[in-house]
Amino acid sequence: MKPPPESSVVVPDSAQPADLLSRVISNDWVNARYKHLVVAAPPQAAQARPGQFFHLLCPDAGGEHPFFRRPMSCYGASPRQGTVEFLYKVAGTGTRSLASLVPGATLPMLGPLGHGFSLEPAWRTIVVVGRGVGLATLAPLAEAAAAAGIAVQAVFSARDRDSVMSVERFEASGARVTVVLDSDGSSDPAKVEALLRRLHVQGMADAFFTCGSTRLLVLLQRLGRELGVPGQVALEQQMACGLGMCFCCVRPFREDDEVVNRRVCWDGPVFDIQEAMP
Amino acid sequence: MTDMSVSVGALRLANPIMPASGTFAEGLAEVIDIERLGAVVIKTITTELRAGNPVPRVAEVRSGMLNSIGIPSKGVPYFLERTLPYYRRFAVPLVVSVSAPTVAGFASIAKAVSVPGVAAIEANISCPNLEEDGRAFAMEPRSAATVTAALREATPLPLWVKLTPNVGDIAAVARAAENAGADALVVANTVLAMAIDIDTRRPRLGSIMGGLSGPVIKPIVVRMTYQCAKAVKIPVIGCGGIASAEDAIEYMLAGAAAVQVGTATFVQPSAMLAILDGMEAWCARKGIHRVADLIGAIRDTDLELAPAQY
Repeated sequence: MKPPPESSVVVPDSAQPADLLSRVISNDWVNARYKHLVVAAPPQAAQARPGQFFHLLCPDAGGEHPFFRRPMSCYGASPRQGTVEFLYKVAGTGTRSLASLVPGATLPMLGPLGHGFSLEPAWRTIVVVGRGVGLATLAPLAEAAAAAGIAVQAVFSARDRDSVMSVERFEASGARVTVVLDSDGSSDPAKVEALLRRLHVQGMADAFFTCGSTRLLVLLQRLGRELGVPGQVALEQQMACGLGMCFCCVRPFREDDEVVNRRVCWDGPVFDIQEAMP
Repeated sequence: MTDMSVSVGALRLANPIMPASGTFAEGLAEVIDIERLGAVVIKTITTELRAGNPVPRVAEVRSGMLNSIGIPSKGVPYFLERTLPYYRRFAVPLVVSVSAPTVAGFASIAKAVSVPGVAAIEANISCPNLEEDGRAFAMEPRSAATVTAALREATPLPLWVKLTPNVGDIAAVARAAENAGADALVVANTVLAMAIDIDTRRPRLGSIMGGLSGPVIKPIVVRMTYQCAKAVKIPVIGCGGIASAEDAIEYMLAGAAAVQVGTATFVQPSAMLAILDGMEAWCARKGIHRVADLIGAIRDTDLELAPAQY
């Protein structure tokens, strides 16, 4: 078995998780379906590393009573400003309740949790491929890479132009962003594959990172195997505890010649791209 | 200062609060001080390596959770080599939950985990019995007695038997386990239940049915704790939907010598410690010097009940 990704050094995991109280600074719509939540959080929380997540205690709102917390990957964490950010799609009971939070409201959050992304000091350029809310998870990675002197080639896949988010955020960190869309056919897997192969030929694909699309995961696994490019994927699964206790959030992984279940909250949420199963 | 200690048979606990099996793991020790608990109960282990059930393994319902995890287990060697050494660094008593598909299997795993560092064995006999057409051991007094007797033979450690609430007459099962040698009863496991997504018309759990837990089941299990405590002389440990100090006190009044907290910890990792602090404060307010005085202290005779205040 390969060593777990957290063993490398550039992006170590953060301090111990804790159940912390944060305060909402802003919670604004970025488009018709997504909101951007910024909270003032204690220092431990603001030290969250790229790929880590928080387990948010959603308030009762609008007649809905989310029973469990909701895992939410970190869209940004600034120890300097004492803030943590989330980008989320308003889709169900938990996210509708989060959407009701107004500035000044308190939000209990458990974290930072899980193993985040790791970056090898030898890499010069990485390729980050995301779709939908997967971009939220990848944004802090792009910023950490830039801070470590690693260039980022980002490929954003989206339904249409209006669904594209965070281009400015990635570009501000120095990432080169290519947007591919379902609406004009540019997100077609064959076209994305050609794009990735070009980047590889140009020596700009020392590693692949992805989040948010099974189709993109499968493509990157195949290319990674063929081209010998390592990679990492951030995965999602329905969770209850977030601390590895309940074994609700398992997914299958290839381990040597076996298929094993691993807990997304505790063993991940970032995994070796070749071990993940779609 | 209230004396928070309780006895569960021969085992003295610093306080009556412990996790329910399957709702505790090393991850929680990173977030709360587990030395403050009365005991820790680890997730059920089996001799067989078990992968567990298909996903979704969990569904949220109003005031509760449905789960069908399927007891994933890495087996006894993993427990002895990895889990046990981890818990040896803590002074808190370690209770090991075991399960097996056969009577001989139960005896064998109980023997295998009866090692130094283990304070008690909790036998999860709510699982399907392969020798009885898949019916849980705890569903019939006779099968509960058979498996408890075999467990009793296999281990010198305190033996706790965890009952299922999915029975008609839980007191009869409780008496059978007591007569077969159990040192304590844990009342109870999850309530068999299901939920359907009306839009997709699909069951909300991968294995269709699962166990219901959380505040939604509390009054049912308080009733069962009361019935079992009346039926047996051995201690009863209450377990079902406890999320507050008041819930824990209610269970003790119903007859529980100690309580287990499960689902609440998934929502609030510090739930067990908050319950403990809350109980201590409540006892202090009420002038109760020993928390053990609450056990079975329900006033259920000469009933002239005043209407509840709303």
